[in-house]
Amino acid sequence: MSQTKVQSDLAGEGYVASNELAMAVHLALALERPLLLEGSAGVGKTEVARALAEVLDTKLIRLQCYEGLDAAQAIYEWNYQRQLLAIRTASEGGETGKTVEDRIFSRDYLLERPLLQAITQDKSPVLLIDEIDRADEEFEAFLLEILADYAITVPELGTVSATTRPHVILTSNGTRDLSDALRRRCLYAYVDYPDRETELAILRARSPDIEARLAEQVIGFVQTLRKEELEKVPGIAETLDFAAALMGLGIADLTSDPVALQASLTTLLKTQSDRASVTTEVAQRIAGRAA
Amino acid sequence: MTRVTRFAGRDPGPAARMAGFLAHLRENGWRLGVQETDAALTALSHVCAADHGETRLALKAICAGCREEAERFDALFDSYWMDAGRVRTKVVPKKASTTSDNVHSSRDGDGQDASGSGQLTAPDGGEGNVESDGEGKLIPSEVRNLNRRDLRDLVRAEEIATAEGVARQLGEALRDRRSRRRIAARKGDRLHFRRTIRRSLATGGEPLRLYRKKRPDRDRKIVALCDVSGSMSVYAKVFLAFLAGLMRGDATADAYLFHTRLVRITGALRDKDAMRAIGRMSLIADGFGGGSKIGESLQRFGDTYARRFVDGRTVVMILSDGYDTSPPVHLDAALAKLRKRGCRIIWLNPLKGWRDYEPVTSGMAAALPHLDLFAAANTLEDLANLKGEFARL
Repeated sequence: MSQTKVQSDLAGEGYVASNELAMAVHLALALERPLLLEGSAGVGKTEVARALAEVLDTKLIRLQCYEGLDAAQAIYEWNYQRQLLAIRTASEGGETGKTVEDRIFSRDYLLERPLLQAITQDKSPVLLIDEIDRADEEFEAFLLEILADYAITVPELGTVSATTRPHVILTSNGTRDLSDALRRRCLYAYVDYPDRETELAILRARSPDIEARLAEQVIGFVQTLRKEELEKVPGIAETLDFAAALMGLGIADLTSDPVALQASLTTLLKTQSDRASVTTEVAQRIAGRAA
Repeated sequence: MTRVTRFAGRDPGPAARMAGFLAHLRENGWRLGVQETDAALTALSHVCAADHGETRLALKAICAGCREEAERFDALFDSYWMDAGRVRTKVVPKKASTTSDNVHSSRDGDGQDASGSGQLTAPDGGEGNVESDGEGKLIPSEVRNLNRRDLRDLVRAEEIATAEGVARQLGEALRDRRSRRRIAARKGDRLHFRRTIRRSLATGGEPLRLYRKKRPDRDRKIVALCDVSGSMSVYAKVFLAFLAGLMRGDATADAYLFHTRLVRITGALRDKDAMRAIGRMSLIADGFGGGSKIGESLQRFGDTYARRFVDGRTVVMILSDGYDTSPPVHLDAALAKLRKRGCRIIWLNPLKGWRDYEPVTSGMAAALPHLDLFAAANTLEDLANLKGEFARL
């Protein structure tokens, strides 16, 4: 595999990666290191993992982080209900303590959460740890431990070592600074909003039936809109929705129908103040320039 | 674009050059270790190392760790590899006498170096200057007051003892109630299933006794940054006593002074003898009473110490009147960045105690949106009275 191979493979799955990102993915695979992707919401960080899983033809295991995420949700938990039932039936059947204990603390009674799942697969999965900046620092700490050894210790069972090493991708929106320790363990790539050509390529890859002229206009419109002062800058997903909305409304030219254009802006502008700041005139001006 | 590197003849091989590059990054303030050098070399074996485009991208993925670094990387890469900047001297110090003709090895590298050392010219666009904690030169001298003032004249030992008590109380008030992991406890809000089930084995699966768990309280760490510029000298007495007390009362606290530059005084203030601690502090804080560059000092704090000492459980306490001689954008950016580390920011401004005070100085106005608490504090009693406010943070 090389950087260009990664790039073309991802493109085959409908993901247009920049050189920088393709190189980072290539190295992450080659060096077996986790990859940390940072960037604004909606630039396609999560999509990388999905596309990579398709390319490698493997499972995608996703762990969505949130504040207060703990070991029981991220790594494993015992299935307490089943354990209780097992103990009750065993005591009626007259089993001794030792055998019951061995039984209820076996793998059958273990609920595997994403991190444990990821290291016990037959084929290296892609492990996506999404929005790591939302989890708190303690979670980072035990993530570090797992990313270093790829082994998890369950006191009742012993250490579960990785059968295969997962390809780990972490994403962050930068709402909080991550610890230097975590950054050091990872390769890093900053994913920015795509430039005009890249975004056009993405749009063509995702909605192949779009007319060339409309595609150019849509991209021109979104690219200009991103330079306006907005609270929430539209990402790639929004661009795709916008294009789909316009195609659904049967619009072939952005400047032809101001009302329909204004209506379809709901797909791009997601806050009240942004809607208010992009008035019909502003939208028409941007559309006129894009056309 | 066929510029070449300049040190082909000087370094023995790719490993040395790569180590040199990492050292170059380190000199520019990047935090990289031996592991990265190793990874960088390994990475080159996976790409076409002769293609500088690929090499650049590969090293960027390895070395950069955040957005700013990713943006700066290209310039640093160019200045080292692409002959665009100064030539680095060797990292290895030269041996004392290289002229000795007692040659043991035919590849004595020092000989080659002698010619190179003459031409370490051409500074690279000024971005190299980040290091060195207080060796002057960063700051225009007209705003510095280099007359040493002995802080021992300002602070008395009894005040430090009182301040210690105040600092303890404030530390108590700043308990964080949001620990993430629950621990076993006699009275808790959730059932400790794991333990309950385990113990129920003894009673034939009947969970006779329910065990509980709760979220424990966690202490917050206080980081205090005290402005000791000329305009603050009237209040310095109180704040310095408070800092000294804080250091003695709270083992995890951290303290800094700033005027036109920033100094860490935690070590000095931990001295067992309270007055000697103040004396050491006044030696460190030379230039006390000069102008103030709040924005730049905070920016420097954010780029250096904050990365190590400030996290989501930290309360950053800024003691300053907000009279800033650097443009307010610096302060705005510095506080926004600091906030991203998840900490709480408290600004204690002695002027706020005045009647009719409005935070209209440009610096203060820029800072306000980033603050969790903006309060007045002139005396130790004022500080003690802030307990209630702190508890609500």
